[in-house]
Parts: sequence; structure tokens; C-alpha cells
Amino acid sequence: MSVTLSRAEPSIAGVGDYIELMKPRVMSLVVFTALVGLVLAPVHMHPVMAFTALLCIAVGAGAAGALNMWYDADIDARMARTAARPIPAGRLARGEALAFGLTLAGFSVVVLGLLVNIFAALLLALTIACYVGAYTIWLKRWTPQNIVIGGAAGALPPVIGWAAATGSVAIEPLVLFLIVFLWTPPHFWALSLYRADDYARAGVPMLPVVAGATETRRQILRYTLVLAPVGVAPWLLGYAGALYGIAAMLAGGAMIALAIRVRGEARGYTASKQMFGFSILYLFLLFAMLLVDRMAGGLFAPPWSHFPAGA
Amino acid sequence: MSERNTEPKPEPGIRLTEQQRRARRARSIAIAISLGVLAVLFYIVTLVKGPGVLERPL
Repeated sequence: MSVTLSRAEPSIAGVGDYIELMKPRVMSLVVFTALVGLVLAPVHMHPVMAFTALLCIAVGAGAAGALNMWYDADIDARMARTAARPIPAGRLARGEALAFGLTLAGFSVVVLGLLVNIFAALLLALTIACYVGAYTIWLKRWTPQNIVIGGAAGALPPVIGWAAATGSVAIEPLVLFLIVFLWTPPHFWALSLYRADDYARAGVPMLPVVAGATETRRQILRYTLVLAPVGVAPWLLGYAGALYGIAAMLAGGAMIALAIRVRGEARGYTASKQMFGFSILYLFLLFAMLLVDRMAGGLFAPPWSHFPAGA
Repeated sequence: MSERNTEPKPEPGIRLTEQQRRARRARSIAIAISLGVLAVLFYIVTLVKGPGVLERPL
């Protein structure tokens, strides 16, 4: 793949184009899940340090987004959903995106390592490398399992948040990792079902393109059936209260109901679109409930609760 | 007798259009703000951490 590092014309890219390059919506989800990982940690973190950690995680996520748009500019140009992005739209050169992404990646990792802790910085570097190297460059154009394996990158932020507070990893953030990891395939496959033509035109081997819609619908249901109980795990393991447990069960039930509707949908994509929309709400709800539960001190925590005294 | 050409010569190099000039100015301001935020961040973290600022746990 050829990369244009410079061009004769001076850039007309505005600040907004660079912000768009960082995928602000993805960034907001990354920051939110990292915040939950950070707040759940059994260690008090000074607000300034917590803000610094979240800022670095946000910038690191932005760097990964920019590097993804740099590498995928050719694919983006062929897909209706992404054709208006700064590079395919001609507002920003690929070299600018590459330089911007590398600069942000370097700054975010180094500053997190210098100001917070080195372990969290290494995890952030791993996340960026996983998203850009493993997902974008390697898996995305090669296998329909791209988002399954690549989903690990999107699932790491709560672990980074926890690591920023504690300097280590424990079972709690790993369960949060598992929730986001299992949530990613049904979320993206629901989208790719009704965007299959787009992916086929771009030559991206997403599951509906390679294995067909029926198999994709089946896989969405399978993953959702695993996701729903894992979503309840923070309560079952005793580090979230019953308030969270009830919310996770209800939301998981709704996810399964939607996945069954997607599975049975013979024509059209109404259920797929609903599944895609609700899956975002599902993840937000679970993590928001963890925050609320933590703030409330683990309301109705089960007797085998692992909550530290006074938390 | 030859007559001297008094017309000003065009400056060498790339001449930016108004749009390019505005975009460059906006980018420069954004970079300046980002660097300022970084400097302030380091200053505040130094105040918060005190002498422990050089201790970086793994």
C-alpha cells in the first residue's frame, strides 16, 4: 500500500478535521469505560491524577482513531458511511493523519508513564498497537473474525483505568474487559448486516459478506447469549450491588430478545438497526450502573461481597 | 540606453491562499493551546505530587 507523506499544496485542514480524525464518539465511550475502571479501583486517586490519566487515555484513543483513518483511507473512500471523513473527502492528506496519530500516540503514552504510572502507559501503548497493528492493518482486511479479535483493543480502557489507579490488574477490570469484548461482535455485526453492500464494495471481509446474513444473525445470538450472563458477573462476583445486578439482567434480557428478533428477521433490517442502537445503550447502562452503584457504596451487595470496608 | 524594469518581482516560494492561511492560523493556535495545557498539567501534577513527583511506580 502506498502512502503519500507529502503533497505540493499546503494543507487546508482545519482544527475540526483533526478532531474528526480522533473519532470523538468512540473516544467518549473509551473515556467513560476507563473512568468506570478507575472509579471501581479500591484505591483513592487524586482528582488531578485521575483527570490526567483519563486525558492520556482519551488522547491515546484519538491517536488510534487517526492512525486507523490514515491506513483505511482507501476503504473509507469506497464506503458511504465513511466517505465524508477528512482524508477521503480531500480535506486532509494521509501524511498529516499519520504524523498527527503518531505524535498523539507518543505524547499520550509518555505523559501517562511520566505522570501516572508506567504499567498503565504500557497498557495504553498495547491498546493503540492492538487497534492499529492487529485490527486495522492485519485483521480487518484478512478475516471475518476481525472485530472479534480486534475488539480486545476496545475492551482494554477499563483495565487501563484500573491500572492507572492501582498500578496492577485484578479480576474486576478483567470482567469489565470481558463484557466489552463480548459486546463488540454483536454490536458491529448488527451494523454490518445492513451495511454489507458497503463492506463488500470496499473489499472488507466482514461476516455478512463472507458467511452471509443467516450465519451472522446466528452468531449475533450466540454472542449475546454469552454476553448477557457475563454482564451480570460483577454482581455475582460481589463487587457490584443488586441494583446493578437487576439492571444488568433486565438489559441483558432485552439484548437477548433483540438478538432473537434479529435471528428470525427474514427480510429487512429493522431488528438489526434496533439491536445496533440498543447495544450502545446496553453498554452505557451497565457501566453507568457500576458508577452509580459504586457511588452509592454497593447498594444491596450480596453477602459474599468483595467491597472493601468503607467503600 | 536600456530602461530599468521597475515592476516588483514576485516573491519566491509558495503563496498561501486566504483559506490556507486561515487554516494554518487555526492549527497554530490549537497547537499553542495544547502545549500550554501540557505545561500547566505538568505544573499542577508537580504541585500535587510534591517531592514524590520523581517516584514513578510501575
